[in-house]
Amino acid sequence: MIDPSIGLPLPRVDGRAKVTGAAQYAAEFNQPNQVYAVVVNSTVGLGRIAAIDAAAATGMPGVVAILSHLNAPRLPYHEHRAFVDPAIGERLHVLQDDQVRFFGHPVAVVIAETLDQAEHAAAAMRISYAAETPVVRLDAPGAVMIVPDAARKPSGRTIADGVRGDPDAAFAQATHQIDATYDIAREHHNPMEPHATVALWDGDHLTLWSKSQFVVNEAIEIAAVFGVPAEQVLVICPFIGGAFGAALRTWSHVTLAALAARHVGRPVKLVLSRRQMFYAVGHRPRTVQRVALAAAPDGRLAAIIHEGTAETSRYEQYIDALTTASAFLYACPNVRTTYRLVPLDSSTPTFMRGPGEASGIVALECAMDELAVALAMDPIELRLRNEPTVNEQNGLPFSSRSMRACYALGAARFGWERRDPRPRSMHDGRLLIGWGMAAATYPSSRAPANARARILADGTAEVETAASDMGPGTYTSMTQVAADALELAPADVRIRIGRSDFPPTPPHGGSMTMASVGSAVQAACLAARALAGGTNYRDIIARRGGEPIVAAASSARGDEQRRFSMNAFGAVFAEVAVDPDLCTVRVRRAVGAYGAGRIINPRLARSQCTGGMVGGIGMALMEQTVVDTRDGRPVNASMADYLVPVNLDVGSLDALFVDEDDPYVNPLGAKGIGEIAIVGMAPAIANAVFHATGQRVRDFPIRIEALLST
Amino acid sequence: MHPFSFHAAATEQEAIAEAAAGGRYIAGGTTLVDLMREEVERPRRLIDINRLPLRDVHVQDDGLVIGALARMSDVARDPATAQVQPLIVDALVEGASPQIRNMASIGGNLLQRVRCSYFRTLDAPCNKRTPGSGCSAIGGANSGHALFGTSVHCVATHPSDLAVALVALDAVILTRGPGGARRFPVEALYRMPGETPHLEHTLEPGEMIVEIRVPHGSYARRARYLKVRDRASYEFAVVSVAVAMDIDGGIVRDVRLAAGGVGTMPWRLRGSEAVLTGRQSGRAAWRDAAERAIDGAQPLVGNHFKVELLRRTVVRALEMVGGAA
Repeated sequence: MIDPSIGLPLPRVDGRAKVTGAAQYAAEFNQPNQVYAVVVNSTVGLGRIAAIDAAAATGMPGVVAILSHLNAPRLPYHEHRAFVDPAIGERLHVLQDDQVRFFGHPVAVVIAETLDQAEHAAAAMRISYAAETPVVRLDAPGAVMIVPDAARKPSGRTIADGVRGDPDAAFAQATHQIDATYDIAREHHNPMEPHATVALWDGDHLTLWSKSQFVVNEAIEIAAVFGVPAEQVLVICPFIGGAFGAALRTWSHVTLAALAARHVGRPVKLVLSRRQMFYAVGHRPRTVQRVALAAAPDGRLAAIIHEGTAETSRYEQYIDALTTASAFLYACPNVRTTYRLVPLDSSTPTFMRGPGEASGIVALECAMDELAVALAMDPIELRLRNEPTVNEQNGLPFSSRSMRACYALGAARFGWERRDPRPRSMHDGRLLIGWGMAAATYPSSRAPANARARILADGTAEVETAASDMGPGTYTSMTQVAADALELAPADVRIRIGRSDFPPTPPHGGSMTMASVGSAVQAACLAARALAGGTNYRDIIARRGGEPIVAAASSARGDEQRRFSMNAFGAVFAEVAVDPDLCTVRVRRAVGAYGAGRIINPRLARSQCTGGMVGGIGMALMEQTVVDTRDGRPVNASMADYLVPVNLDVGSLDALFVDEDDPYVNPLGAKGIGEIAIVGMAPAIANAVFHATGQRVRDFPIRIEALLST
Repeated sequence: MHPFSFHAAATEQEAIAEAAAGGRYIAGGTTLVDLMREEVERPRRLIDINRLPLRDVHVQDDGLVIGALARMSDVARDPATAQVQPLIVDALVEGASPQIRNMASIGGNLLQRVRCSYFRTLDAPCNKRTPGSGCSAIGGANSGHALFGTSVHCVATHPSDLAVALVALDAVILTRGPGGARRFPVEALYRMPGETPHLEHTLEPGEMIVEIRVPHGSYARRARYLKVRDRASYEFAVVSVAVAMDIDGGIVRDVRLAAGGVGTMPWRLRGSEAVLTGRQSGRAAWRDAAERAIDGAQPLVGNHFKVELLRRTVVRALEMVGGAA
């Protein structure tokens, strides 16, 4: 009998491969006879290409080919829309016409024998434009607010107009009111690994070694773009150097790599530069949100009004659940949430860690803090007084909701009871100390997934599934799930992922990999074990003449989504030190307490949550894509200028998990933690900054400039 | 990257001859290689000077001597430097990242190019990169740009922390070149943009920085470099202030002050020094010095906040050195 491994803090099974360089990332799959492609991007923010002078570039050493709309073949771009693609609009087509839709629009691709030659020739391309003035800010003159078409239904994850009770009347009548507007800057994901694709055609068959959080869809999407059967495209991506959502969709550079490879008849490698990572591989949209809260003197909420506006592109309506949580996080009879988009001359935003909630809960939880101040009530007490018994938006019971336990556990670990509630009351020498907190939630969902288990003659097993591991530790956690289902030691299980010809899985995002893929892995392993009829696999297989035992299985949603509201919940506490004169803010420590169902591997879970908290520090204090208002240029498109936290910015972080047994969410009882890890951190920090300084900054990130001038 | 040839010079004479013929010196390469990859810099020939014996750091009777090829990290961990010129160590460890400090030379640090985003990309007008093409920053994103020494042609901030400390300390540069040896204040190395923002320094073609000399001063041991920025490391200064001060009997006998992040070159605050010299030390003096420091600031649309931040940073830096009483 082998002890279960689920729940044990196993070290990463792929850790050694990663730190020794043995793990291969997309750009490392060099092919014989490979050439290099470099994308040329527009240098205006809107208009048409007037002329392309490729004469100088064409004559440069090593240049093999140059493609633009003038000579590129027209591609079929067959209809295909995955879950990760916006429901409304049409994906960006590249090199098909002379239109420039945003600054950095791909307008040509240069292919050469070496990377240096390709870069040099790309810089020698002379492209002139008939430029127009783009609208690049959602508060600019000429920016028009629209109702997102895909959110018009009164149900679903994103609801354009949701209302219960009479929030405006209730707001007007209440004794305590808060009405504030929060503005969160555009952010770019900026994973360490840039987007990269190596494309190889063999006849009508295409192999792509390509950074992707969704290899199954990348194969289907590229097949649709090129008009070839999906089974003729193979996407391989065993390792991802961080993504945060930026590699969920298949962006235009993958098309350009495949197009270039077909054009020159050789394998092509295309890697985006850091600057190009700011052009057309998605971003967290800037949001402007009004939150109006009203409460009785005892703190009970009388009205919640949350009006959220987000930017999108002109060609697609990216939507997320910006205002959704405000309808169920607290008990309140009168609630209105609205969600609007402002199409801009920019590329399309996309999911970035905690999409929707990460931004929406900044507004809600900062407003709750403002309300607590107005009521002279402890912010935890205010939240406890508004803790709902059911999801009041849809009337469903929660499959589990450990919010109270999260407040208690987090507050105890943080030492919240020692907090003096008065702003500017806590000091360390000259520094102002602030303690702030916020609640967090993220839905726990899952999607159909498949896996195949194979028990081999030596008694070990391998499991194949198309899933990805962008860093959370999928290889390790799936090993644990499989080992327990097969009653094997983890060392006797090998997980193989990241190929589109493996059993299909949903996108590696939305905190649903463990819930979806884990459930499928478990099912496949249990099926294989059932086929074996025992666990003494070596003997069993020997009796079968050495033939491996293979079982495939699927997992899918049951009816749980109709019966329950399923969400992870958390409470985040942060301490900041603010220099009262220089206005620098440092996060000294933070504690996150989460109710996230069953924790498969506490070591990985802690790492994932503290990583998300670091992202929250960035969101609160640093991250901001500066857009030149004249032409939409991302001005700070480098890691020196787009600030993310460095080690010195990260104080002591602690992630705690309350015991939570949720028999409804999925067979594993795991809710997923990738998104909730970042949700709540930024408002906890902002509330701590207020507590430290007495200054309420509602524009994010909160930088020196903001505290100096408020 | 533009094609280039590469030659490792064995001797100083050889290096100077090569550079006089059009070659560009490369030491750590932490600025030059980045900019070459963006094709902002397009040298045809690189002269590697890393083999030249210019890495020595020592103290002699008249001051600290720093070889131009000493790495930032060499100087930052040199005990003698820490003892006689703590301001220099302060400024060095606040700069860049450990990896960059291990590569970047002192001479190269002084000659690093500006961080203006528009300078660093070929597709934006920039008078510094392409004279006459216009300045994108003046009407664009300029929260990081300069308050002092700007012109209608360029408002980019000089990025070096070390240079701010050296200018404050009246450090001197020794050069050798085709025209022989020269010796001049570090401050005189720099040019303000004026009508010719593409000219950033006063070195002649082929002239090589070989040594920095920092004179001893009664003020040197009470010194701090205060760098204010939005993250705790690996970011250029929003505002920085270097202070070295000799206080005796509560009276400021001698003081050196310079600011970074606010000027198109390292910005010596001589007016503030004059305000302080001979004054009773303390907050009143610090505040007066800070008021004088912001005199003549010419903020842009995006960097107004730097005026107030400079005022506060001067006060704080003076407090750190001279006390808050």
